[in-house]
Amino acid sequence: MRVLMPDTLEEAYGMLAAEPLTPVAGGTDLLAHWPGNHDARKRAYLDLSGVSGLRFMHWGDEALTLGGLTTYSDVIWDSRVVEEFPLLADAGGQVGSIQIQARGTWAGNIANGSPAADGVPVLMAYDAVVVLGSEEGDQEVLLADFYLGYKKMRLRAHQLIRAIRLPRREYDFQRFVKVGARNAQAITKIGVALTRSEERWRVVVNSMAPTVRRCPALEAMLDEDRPVSGPEDLLTAIREDLAPIDDIRSTAAYREKTLARVLYFDLKGVCPSFA
Amino acid sequence: MAHDAREDTVHVEFTLNGKVVSVEAQPADRLLDTIRYGLALPGTKEGCGEGECGSCTVLLDGLPANSCLVPTYQVRGRTVETVESLSEEDVAPLLRTGATQCGACTPGVVMTATWIRRHPEVLEAQGIRALMAGNLCRCTGYDGIVEGVEALVARETGG
Ligand SMILES: Cc1cc2nc3c(=O)[nH]c(=O)nc-3n(C[C@H](O)[C@H](O)[C@H](O)COP(=O)(O)OP(=O)(O)OC[C@H]3O[C@@H](n4cnc5c(N)ncnc54)[C@H](O)[C@@H]3O)c2cc1C
Ligand code: FES
Ligand code: FES
Repeated sequence: MRVLMPDTLEEAYGMLAAEPLTPVAGGTDLLAHWPGNHDARKRAYLDLSGVSGLRFMHWGDEALTLGGLTTYSDVIWDSRVVEEFPLLADAGGQVGSIQIQARGTWAGNIANGSPAADGVPVLMAYDAVVVLGSEEGDQEVLLADFYLGYKKMRLRAHQLIRAIRLPRREYDFQRFVKVGARNAQAITKIGVALTRSEERWRVVVNSMAPTVRRCPALEAMLDEDRPVSGPEDLLTAIREDLAPIDDIRSTAAYREKTLARVLYFDLKGVCPSFA
Repeated sequence: MAHDAREDTVHVEFTLNGKVVSVEAQPADRLLDTIRYGLALPGTKEGCGEGECGSCTVLLDGLPANSCLVPTYQVRGRTVETVESLSEEDVAPLLRTGATQCGACTPGVVMTATWIRRHPEVLEAQGIRALMAGNLCRCTGYDGIVEGVEALVARETGG
Protein backbone atom coordinates (compact mmCIF):
# COMPACT_ATOMS: atom_id res chain seq x y z
CA MET A 1 0.00 0.00 0.00
CA ARG A 2 1.10 3.52 -0.77
CA VAL A 3 -0.26 6.90 0.15
CA LEU A 4 0.42 10.24 -1.52
CA MET A 5 -0.03 13.35 0.58
CA PRO A 6 -0.42 16.53 -1.46
CA ASP A 7 -0.51 19.97 0.16
CA THR A 8 -2.40 21.75 -2.58
CA LEU A 9 -5.23 21.00 -4.99
CA GLU A 10 -2.90 21.48 -7.95
CA GLU A 11 -0.55 18.80 -6.61
CA ALA A 12 -3.50 16.52 -5.95
CA TYR A 13 -4.81 16.95 -9.49
CA GLY A 14 -1.37 16.18 -10.91
CA MET A 15 -1.06 13.00 -8.86
CA LEU A 16 -4.54 11.85 -9.90
CA ALA A 17 -3.77 12.47 -13.55
CA ALA A 18 -0.63 10.34 -13.33
CA GLU A 19 -2.05 7.10 -11.88
CA PRO A 20 -5.18 5.56 -10.38
CA LEU A 21 -5.51 6.64 -6.74
CA THR A 22 -8.30 6.31 -4.18
CA PRO A 23 -8.94 9.63 -2.42
CA VAL A 24 -9.20 9.47 1.38
CA ALA A 25 -11.22 12.15 3.18
CA GLY A 26 -12.53 11.24 6.67
CA GLY A 27 -11.93 7.54 6.07
CA THR A 28 -15.19 6.51 7.74
CA ASP A 29 -16.27 4.45 4.74
CA LEU A 30 -12.82 3.42 3.56
CA LEU A 31 -11.54 2.21 6.93
CA ALA A 32 -14.75 0.64 8.22
CA HIS A 33 -13.65 -2.92 7.43
CA TRP A 34 -9.95 -2.22 7.34
CA PRO A 35 -8.36 -4.98 9.46
CA GLY A 36 -9.82 -7.79 7.36
CA ASN A 37 -9.85 -6.02 4.02
CA HIS A 38 -6.71 -7.21 2.30
CA ASP A 39 -7.63 -5.86 -1.13
CA ALA A 40 -7.75 -2.36 0.35
CA ARG A 41 -4.06 -2.65 1.22
CA LYS A 42 -3.02 -3.29 -2.35
CA ARG A 43 -4.26 0.06 -3.53
CA ALA A 44 -2.59 3.44 -3.71
CA TYR A 45 -4.27 6.31 -1.88
CA LEU A 46 -4.42 10.07 -2.12
CA ASP A 47 -4.77 11.69 1.30
CA LEU A 48 -6.93 14.79 1.03
CA SER A 49 -6.59 15.79 4.70
CA GLY A 50 -3.51 17.96 4.13
CA VAL A 51 -4.81 19.75 1.05
CA SER A 52 -5.19 23.41 1.96
CA GLY A 53 -8.38 25.29 1.20
CA LEU A 54 -10.57 22.21 0.84
CA ARG A 55 -12.45 22.48 4.14
CA PHE A 56 -14.63 25.59 4.25
CA MET A 57 -18.12 27.05 4.18
CA HIS A 58 -18.54 30.09 2.01
CA TRP A 59 -21.67 32.25 1.98
CA GLY A 60 -22.18 34.07 -1.30
CA ASP A 61 -25.20 36.16 -2.27
CA GLU A 62 -26.56 33.36 -4.38
CA ALA A 63 -25.22 30.21 -2.77
CA LEU A 64 -23.66 28.47 0.18
CA THR A 65 -20.62 26.48 -0.86
CA LEU A 66 -19.22 23.59 1.17
CA GLY A 67 -15.65 22.43 0.60
CA GLY A 68 -14.69 18.96 -0.58
CA LEU A 69 -13.43 18.19 2.95
CA THR A 70 -16.20 19.86 4.95
CA THR A 71 -17.49 17.52 7.63
CA TYR A 72 -20.89 16.92 9.15
CA SER A 73 -19.70 18.53 12.41
CA ASP A 74 -18.59 21.68 10.59
CA VAL A 75 -22.17 22.11 9.40
CA ILE A 76 -24.23 20.79 12.34
CA TRP A 77 -22.71 23.14 14.89
CA ASP A 78 -22.89 26.22 12.66
CA SER A 79 -25.92 28.29 13.69
CA ARG A 80 -26.19 30.05 10.34
CA VAL A 81 -26.46 26.77 8.45
CA VAL A 82 -28.95 25.43 10.96
CA GLU A 83 -31.04 28.54 10.33
CA GLU A 84 -30.97 28.63 6.54
CA PHE A 85 -30.43 24.98 5.57
CA PRO A 86 -31.94 23.12 8.54
CA LEU A 87 -32.09 19.81 6.70
CA LEU A 88 -28.30 19.68 6.53
CA ALA A 89 -28.21 19.79 10.31
CA ASP A 90 -31.09 17.32 10.62
CA ALA A 91 -29.58 14.74 8.32
CA GLY A 92 -25.96 15.35 9.33
CA GLY A 93 -26.91 14.96 12.98
CA GLN A 94 -28.38 11.54 12.19
CA VAL A 95 -25.28 10.17 10.48
CA GLY A 96 -23.71 7.48 12.67
CA SER A 97 -22.62 9.14 15.90
CA ILE A 98 -20.82 12.35 16.85
CA GLN A 99 -17.55 10.47 16.32
CA ILE A 100 -18.54 9.68 12.72
CA GLN A 101 -19.89 13.21 12.23
CA ALA A 102 -16.55 14.71 13.31
CA ARG A 103 -14.71 12.83 10.55
CA GLY A 104 -17.21 12.04 7.80
CA THR A 105 -17.47 14.48 4.92
CA TRP A 106 -20.37 15.48 2.67
CA ALA A 107 -18.26 14.84 -0.42
CA GLY A 108 -17.30 11.39 0.89
CA ASN A 109 -20.98 10.60 1.36
CA ILE A 110 -21.66 11.62 -2.26
CA ALA A 111 -18.65 9.78 -3.72
CA ASN A 112 -19.21 6.62 -1.72
CA GLY A 113 -22.42 6.31 -3.73
CA SER A 114 -24.45 4.29 -1.21
CA PRO A 115 -28.19 4.21 -1.95
CA ALA A 116 -28.66 4.57 1.83
CA ALA A 117 -26.53 7.74 2.13
CA ASP A 118 -28.19 10.22 4.50
CA GLY A 119 -26.33 13.34 3.42
CA VAL A 120 -27.20 12.99 -0.26
CA PRO A 121 -31.03 13.30 -0.06
CA VAL A 122 -30.98 16.65 1.72
CA LEU A 123 -28.28 18.04 -0.59
CA MET A 124 -30.35 16.87 -3.58
CA ALA A 125 -33.53 18.40 -2.14
CA TYR A 126 -31.65 21.72 -2.02
CA ASP A 127 -30.64 21.34 -5.71
CA ALA A 128 -26.94 20.97 -4.82
CA VAL A 129 -24.37 21.25 -7.58
CA VAL A 130 -21.26 19.06 -7.35
CA VAL A 131 -18.11 20.89 -8.42
CA LEU A 132 -15.60 18.41 -9.83
CA GLY A 133 -12.03 19.62 -10.11
CA SER A 134 -9.12 18.27 -12.14
CA GLU A 135 -6.13 19.43 -14.18
CA GLU A 136 -8.61 20.11 -16.98
CA GLY A 137 -10.50 22.61 -14.84
CA ASP A 138 -13.84 22.52 -13.06
CA GLN A 139 -16.90 20.64 -14.19
CA GLU A 140 -20.29 21.19 -12.54
CA VAL A 141 -22.95 18.52 -12.28
CA LEU A 142 -26.34 18.81 -10.63
CA LEU A 143 -26.37 16.24 -7.82
CA ALA A 144 -29.76 15.03 -9.08
CA ASP A 145 -28.01 14.04 -12.36
CA PHE A 146 -24.84 12.71 -10.72
CA TYR A 147 -25.74 9.04 -10.24
CA LEU A 148 -25.96 6.68 -13.19
CA GLY A 149 -26.65 3.40 -11.37
CA TYR A 150 -25.65 1.44 -8.30
CA LYS A 151 -22.31 2.97 -7.21
CA LYS A 152 -21.95 4.48 -10.69
CA MET A 153 -21.56 8.22 -10.96
CA ARG A 154 -20.29 11.09 -13.06
CA LEU A 155 -16.97 11.26 -11.23
CA ARG A 156 -13.97 10.32 -13.32
CA ALA A 157 -10.79 8.83 -11.89
CA HIS A 158 -8.78 12.03 -12.33
CA GLN A 159 -11.42 14.21 -10.68
CA LEU A 160 -12.08 15.22 -7.09
CA ILE A 161 -15.21 16.65 -5.59
CA ARG A 162 -13.77 20.07 -4.90
CA ALA A 163 -16.93 21.73 -3.59
CA ILE A 164 -20.69 21.41 -3.20
CA ARG A 165 -22.81 24.45 -3.99
CA LEU A 166 -26.28 25.02 -2.58
CA PRO A 167 -28.42 27.80 -4.09
CA ARG A 168 -29.90 30.11 -1.46
CA ARG A 169 -33.70 30.18 -1.72
CA GLU A 170 -36.72 30.83 0.42
CA TYR A 171 -38.24 27.54 1.45
CA ASP A 172 -41.72 27.36 2.90
CA PHE A 173 -41.45 23.65 3.70
CA GLN A 174 -38.39 21.54 4.57
CA ARG A 175 -38.28 18.15 6.18
CA PHE A 176 -36.01 15.10 6.48
CA VAL A 177 -37.22 11.81 7.89
CA LYS A 178 -34.95 8.80 8.49
CA VAL A 179 -36.48 5.46 9.40
CA GLY A 180 -33.93 3.07 10.88
CA ALA A 181 -33.73 0.27 13.42
CA ARG A 182 -32.63 2.66 16.15
CA ASN A 183 -31.77 6.33 16.39
CA ALA A 184 -27.98 6.18 16.18
CA GLN A 185 -25.56 4.03 14.20
CA ALA A 186 -28.31 2.60 11.99
CA ILE A 187 -28.24 2.28 8.24
CA THR A 188 -31.38 3.84 6.82
CA LYS A 189 -34.31 1.63 5.79
CA ILE A 190 -36.13 4.55 4.26
CA GLY A 191 -35.19 8.18 4.14
CA VAL A 192 -36.93 11.10 2.54
CA ALA A 193 -36.07 14.77 2.10
CA LEU A 194 -38.80 17.23 1.14
CA THR A 195 -38.51 20.89 0.19
CA ARG A 196 -40.84 23.43 -1.39
CA SER A 197 -39.71 26.78 -2.80
CA GLU A 198 -40.62 28.90 -5.79
CA GLU A 199 -38.83 26.17 -7.75
CA ARG A 200 -41.66 23.88 -6.57
CA TRP A 201 -41.46 20.56 -4.73
CA ARG A 202 -38.46 18.32 -4.36
CA VAL A 203 -39.05 14.80 -3.12
CA VAL A 204 -35.82 12.82 -2.68
CA VAL A 205 -35.74 9.28 -1.33
CA ASN A 206 -32.88 7.01 -0.29
CA SER A 207 -32.66 3.24 0.26
CA MET A 208 -35.50 2.55 -2.21
CA ALA A 209 -33.62 2.33 -5.51
CA PRO A 210 -30.06 1.59 -6.70
CA THR A 211 -29.24 5.26 -6.06
CA VAL A 212 -30.61 8.10 -4.00
CA ARG A 213 -33.01 9.80 -6.40
CA ARG A 214 -35.60 12.49 -6.97
CA CYS A 215 -39.16 11.27 -7.47
CA PRO A 216 -40.73 13.03 -10.47
CA ALA A 217 -44.14 11.31 -10.21
CA LEU A 218 -44.51 12.25 -6.53
CA GLU A 219 -43.24 15.76 -7.21
CA ALA A 220 -45.83 16.17 -10.01
CA MET A 221 -48.65 15.04 -7.69
CA LEU A 222 -47.65 17.70 -5.19
CA ASP A 223 -46.97 20.43 -7.73
CA GLU A 224 -50.35 19.84 -9.39
CA ASP A 225 -52.24 19.55 -6.10
CA ARG A 226 -53.74 16.21 -7.04
CA PRO A 227 -56.15 14.98 -4.38
CA VAL A 228 -54.78 12.42 -1.94
CA SER A 229 -57.17 10.90 0.54
CA GLY A 230 -54.85 8.41 2.23
CA PRO A 231 -51.38 6.84 2.07
CA GLU A 232 -52.60 4.27 -0.54
CA ASP A 233 -53.16 7.06 -3.05
CA LEU A 234 -49.40 7.64 -3.14
CA LEU A 235 -48.42 4.05 -3.92
CA THR A 236 -48.76 4.26 -7.71
CA ALA A 237 -46.41 7.23 -7.89
CA ILE A 238 -44.03 5.59 -5.40
CA ARG A 239 -43.85 2.48 -7.61
CA GLU A 240 -43.30 4.60 -10.68
CA ASP A 241 -40.43 6.54 -9.10
CA LEU A 242 -38.70 3.87 -7.03
CA ALA A 243 -37.70 0.22 -7.07
CA PRO A 244 -37.27 -1.00 -3.49
CA ILE A 245 -35.83 -4.43 -2.77
CA ASP A 246 -35.94 -6.93 0.08
CA ASP A 247 -32.64 -6.94 1.95
CA ILE A 248 -31.29 -7.64 5.43
CA ARG A 249 -32.63 -4.38 6.80
CA SER A 250 -36.18 -4.44 5.45
CA THR A 251 -38.57 -5.61 2.73
CA ALA A 252 -39.78 -3.86 -0.41
CA ALA A 253 -43.39 -3.98 0.81
CA TYR A 254 -42.53 -2.43 4.19
CA ARG A 255 -40.50 0.28 2.47
CA GLU A 256 -43.31 1.25 0.04
CA LYS A 257 -45.97 1.28 2.72
CA THR A 258 -43.88 3.17 5.24
CA LEU A 259 -42.80 5.78 2.71
CA ALA A 260 -46.44 6.32 1.76
CA ARG A 261 -47.39 6.81 5.40
CA VAL A 262 -44.44 9.10 6.15
CA LEU A 263 -45.28 11.27 3.14
CA TYR A 264 -49.00 11.31 3.82
CA PHE A 265 -48.83 12.19 7.48
CA ASP A 266 -46.02 14.71 7.02
CA LEU A 267 -47.77 16.55 4.21
CA LYS A 268 -51.34 16.34 5.44
CA GLY A 269 -51.30 19.67 7.21
CA VAL A 270 -49.20 21.28 4.48
CA CYS A 271 -50.90 20.38 1.21
CA PRO A 272 -54.56 21.40 0.93
CA SER A 273 -55.08 18.60 -1.61
CA PHE A 274 -54.36 16.01 1.11
CA ALA A 275 -57.61 15.04 2.81
CA MET B 1 6.69 20.04 0.07
CA ALA B 2 4.18 17.36 -0.71
CA HIS B 3 5.04 13.98 0.66
CA ASP B 4 5.32 10.84 -1.40
CA ALA B 5 5.41 7.81 0.86
CA ARG B 6 6.62 5.34 -1.73
CA GLU B 7 9.01 3.91 0.78
CA ASP B 8 6.14 2.38 2.70
CA THR B 9 6.62 4.40 5.85
CA VAL B 10 5.32 7.84 6.64
CA HIS B 11 6.97 10.18 9.08
CA VAL B 12 4.20 11.51 11.31
CA GLU B 13 4.73 14.19 13.92
CA PHE B 14 1.80 15.18 16.12
CA THR B 15 0.89 16.37 19.58
CA LEU B 16 -0.20 13.54 21.85
CA ASN B 17 -1.49 14.44 25.30
CA GLY B 18 0.38 17.73 25.20
CA LYS B 19 3.73 16.40 23.97
CA VAL B 20 5.08 16.38 20.44
CA VAL B 21 5.76 12.81 19.33
CA SER B 22 6.97 11.41 16.05
CA VAL B 23 6.49 7.96 14.58
CA GLU B 24 7.39 6.13 11.40
CA ALA B 25 4.00 4.70 10.44
CA GLN B 26 3.02 2.21 7.79
CA PRO B 27 0.41 3.64 5.41
CA ALA B 28 -2.06 0.98 6.61
CA ASP B 29 -1.63 1.82 10.32
CA ARG B 30 -4.66 3.05 12.20
CA LEU B 31 -4.23 5.72 14.87
CA LEU B 32 -5.56 3.15 17.36
CA ASP B 33 -2.59 0.82 16.68
CA THR B 34 -0.07 3.62 16.68
CA ILE B 35 -1.26 4.83 20.08
CA ARG B 36 -1.51 1.39 21.67
CA TYR B 37 1.44 -0.43 20.21
CA GLY B 38 3.72 2.21 18.70
CA LEU B 39 3.47 4.64 21.58
CA ALA B 40 2.62 2.21 24.38
CA LEU B 41 -0.52 3.96 25.59
CA PRO B 42 -2.92 1.04 25.98
CA GLY B 43 -5.75 3.02 27.60
CA THR B 44 -7.53 3.40 24.27
CA LYS B 45 -9.40 0.16 23.57
CA GLU B 46 -10.41 -1.70 20.44
CA GLY B 47 -13.96 -3.04 20.56
CA CYS B 48 -15.43 -3.48 17.09
CA GLY B 49 -12.72 -2.03 14.89
CA GLU B 50 -15.33 -0.55 12.57
CA GLY B 51 -16.62 2.68 14.05
CA GLU B 52 -19.66 1.30 15.86
CA CYS B 53 -18.76 0.96 19.53
CA GLY B 54 -16.73 4.04 20.45
CA SER B 55 -14.35 2.29 22.84
CA CYS B 56 -11.44 3.63 20.75
CA THR B 57 -12.64 7.25 21.03
CA VAL B 58 -9.91 9.88 21.31
CA LEU B 59 -10.11 13.64 20.88
CA LEU B 60 -8.67 14.67 17.53
CA ASP B 61 -8.22 18.44 17.35
CA GLY B 62 -10.62 18.53 20.27
CA LEU B 63 -13.43 16.45 18.74
CA PRO B 64 -14.30 12.86 19.64
CA ALA B 65 -13.23 10.51 16.82
CA ASN B 66 -12.99 6.73 16.46
CA SER B 67 -9.25 6.06 16.35
CA CYS B 68 -9.93 2.72 14.60
CA LEU B 69 -11.06 4.69 11.53
CA VAL B 70 -8.27 7.27 11.44
CA PRO B 71 -5.25 6.52 9.26
CA THR B 72 -2.16 7.46 11.27
CA TYR B 73 -0.76 9.47 8.38
CA GLN B 74 -3.73 11.84 8.76
CA VAL B 75 -2.75 13.11 12.22
CA ARG B 76 0.46 14.79 11.10
CA GLY B 77 0.54 18.23 12.65
CA ARG B 78 -2.63 17.60 14.63
CA THR B 79 -3.55 17.20 18.29
CA VAL B 80 -4.63 13.91 19.84
CA GLU B 81 -5.79 13.39 23.42
CA THR B 82 -6.32 9.97 24.98
CA VAL B 83 -7.67 8.82 28.31
CA GLU B 84 -4.12 8.94 29.71
CA SER B 85 -4.25 12.74 29.54
CA LEU B 86 -7.04 12.94 32.11
CA SER B 87 -6.50 13.29 35.83
CA GLU B 88 -8.44 11.43 38.50
CA GLU B 89 -10.19 14.69 39.23
CA ASP B 90 -11.36 14.90 35.59
CA VAL B 91 -13.28 11.63 35.85
CA ALA B 92 -14.27 11.61 39.53
CA PRO B 93 -18.00 12.34 39.00
CA LEU B 94 -18.24 9.41 36.57
CA LEU B 95 -16.81 7.03 39.15
CA ARG B 96 -19.39 8.10 41.72
CA THR B 97 -22.44 7.53 39.49
CA GLY B 98 -21.60 3.99 38.40
CA ALA B 99 -20.63 4.94 34.87
CA THR B 100 -18.20 2.02 34.69
CA GLN B 101 -18.33 -1.70 35.43
CA CYS B 102 -16.12 -3.95 33.29
CA GLY B 103 -14.38 -0.86 31.92
CA ALA B 104 -14.14 -1.88 28.26
CA CYS B 105 -16.14 1.12 27.07
CA THR B 106 -14.84 3.50 29.71
CA PRO B 107 -11.81 5.10 28.04
CA GLY B 108 -14.06 6.05 25.11
CA VAL B 109 -16.94 7.14 27.32
CA VAL B 110 -14.75 9.50 29.31
CA MET B 111 -13.29 11.08 26.18
CA THR B 112 -16.74 11.85 24.78
CA ALA B 113 -17.76 13.04 28.26
CA THR B 114 -14.69 15.30 28.34
CA TRP B 115 -15.73 16.90 25.05
CA ILE B 116 -19.23 17.57 26.43
CA ARG B 117 -17.72 18.98 29.65
CA ARG B 118 -15.62 21.40 27.61
CA HIS B 119 -18.53 22.39 25.35
CA PRO B 120 -21.66 22.34 27.50
CA GLU B 121 -23.36 24.51 24.84
CA VAL B 122 -23.79 21.39 22.67
CA LEU B 123 -26.42 20.26 25.18
CA GLU B 124 -28.68 23.05 23.93
CA ALA B 125 -29.05 21.22 20.63
CA GLN B 126 -28.87 17.56 21.69
CA GLY B 127 -29.33 15.53 24.85
CA ILE B 128 -26.59 13.55 26.59
CA ARG B 129 -28.04 10.25 25.38
CA ALA B 130 -27.94 11.35 21.75
CA LEU B 131 -24.41 12.73 22.08
CA MET B 132 -23.23 9.52 23.76
CA ALA B 133 -24.95 7.21 21.25
CA GLY B 134 -21.62 6.35 19.64
CA ASN B 135 -20.30 4.87 22.91
CA LEU B 136 -21.84 1.46 23.44
CA CYS B 137 -21.80 -0.11 26.90
CA ARG B 138 -22.88 -3.66 27.66
CA CYS B 139 -22.78 -3.35 31.44
CA THR B 140 -24.15 -0.19 32.98
CA GLY B 141 -27.51 0.27 31.27
CA TYR B 142 -26.33 3.83 30.51
CA ASP B 143 -28.08 5.59 33.41
CA GLY B 144 -24.84 5.81 35.37
CA ILE B 145 -23.07 7.22 32.31
CA VAL B 146 -25.74 9.86 31.69
CA GLU B 147 -25.77 10.88 35.37
CA GLY B 148 -21.99 11.00 35.39
CA VAL B 149 -21.89 13.33 32.40
CA GLU B 150 -24.57 15.50 34.00
CA ALA B 151 -22.49 15.70 37.17
CA LEU B 152 -19.35 16.51 35.18
CA VAL B 153 -21.09 19.33 33.32
CA ALA B 154 -22.74 20.64 36.50
CA ARG B 155 -19.35 20.80 38.24
CA GLU B 156 -17.87 22.69 35.31
CA THR B 157 -20.67 25.20 34.91
CA GLY B 158 -21.13 25.57 38.64
CA GLY B 159 -24.75 24.42 38.24
C1 LIG C 1 -20.19 3.36 12.23
C2 LIG C 1 -20.56 4.09 10.98
C3 LIG C 1 -21.83 4.64 10.88
C4 LIG C 1 -22.21 5.30 9.71
N1 LIG C 1 -23.45 5.84 9.65
C5 LIG C 1 -23.86 6.45 8.52
C6 LIG C 1 -25.18 7.00 8.44
O1 LIG C 1 -25.98 6.92 9.38
N2 LIG C 1 -25.55 7.60 7.27
C7 LIG C 1 -24.70 7.69 6.21
O2 LIG C 1 -25.07 8.25 5.19
N3 LIG C 1 -23.44 7.21 6.27
C8 LIG C 1 -23.01 6.58 7.40
N4 LIG C 1 -21.74 6.06 7.45
C9 LIG C 1 -20.89 6.15 6.26
C10 LIG C 1 -19.90 7.32 6.20
O3 LIG C 1 -19.63 7.82 7.47
C11 LIG C 1 -20.38 8.48 5.31
O4 LIG C 1 -20.69 8.00 4.02
C12 LIG C 1 -19.33 9.60 5.20
O5 LIG C 1 -19.94 10.75 4.69
C13 LIG C 1 -18.14 9.26 4.34
O6 LIG C 1 -17.25 10.37 4.33
P1 LIG C 1 -15.67 10.21 4.55
O7 LIG C 1 -15.10 11.55 4.42
O8 LIG C 1 -15.40 9.48 5.81
O9 LIG C 1 -15.33 9.29 3.30
P2 LIG C 1 -14.08 8.35 2.99
O10 LIG C 1 -14.23 7.06 3.69
O11 LIG C 1 -12.81 9.10 3.15
O12 LIG C 1 -14.36 8.15 1.42
C14 LIG C 1 -15.55 7.55 0.94
C15 LIG C 1 -15.48 7.44 -0.58
O13 LIG C 1 -15.52 8.72 -1.18
C16 LIG C 1 -14.35 8.98 -1.94
N5 LIG C 1 -14.07 10.40 -1.72
C17 LIG C 1 -14.01 11.03 -0.51
N6 LIG C 1 -13.85 12.35 -0.68
C18 LIG C 1 -13.79 12.57 -2.03
C19 LIG C 1 -13.63 13.74 -2.83
N7 LIG C 1 -13.52 14.98 -2.29
N8 LIG C 1 -13.62 13.60 -4.18
C20 LIG C 1 -13.76 12.36 -4.74
N9 LIG C 1 -13.91 11.23 -4.02
C21 LIG C 1 -13.93 11.33 -2.69
C22 LIG C 1 -13.33 8.02 -1.45
O14 LIG C 1 -12.36 7.70 -2.41
C23 LIG C 1 -14.20 6.81 -1.08
O15 LIG C 1 -14.50 6.07 -2.23
C24 LIG C 1 -21.31 5.40 8.61
C25 LIG C 1 -20.03 4.85 8.72
C26 LIG C 1 -19.65 4.19 9.89
C27 LIG C 1 -18.29 3.60 9.99
S1 FES D 1 -13.14 -0.03 18.05
FE1 FES D 1 -13.35 1.87 17.12
S2 FES D 1 -15.47 2.20 17.25
FE2 FES D 1 -15.30 0.21 18.00
S1 FES E 1 -18.69 -0.92 31.58
FE1 FES E 1 -18.64 -2.77 30.53
S2 FES E 1 -19.05 -2.16 28.50
FE2 FES E 1 -19.40 -0.37 29.60
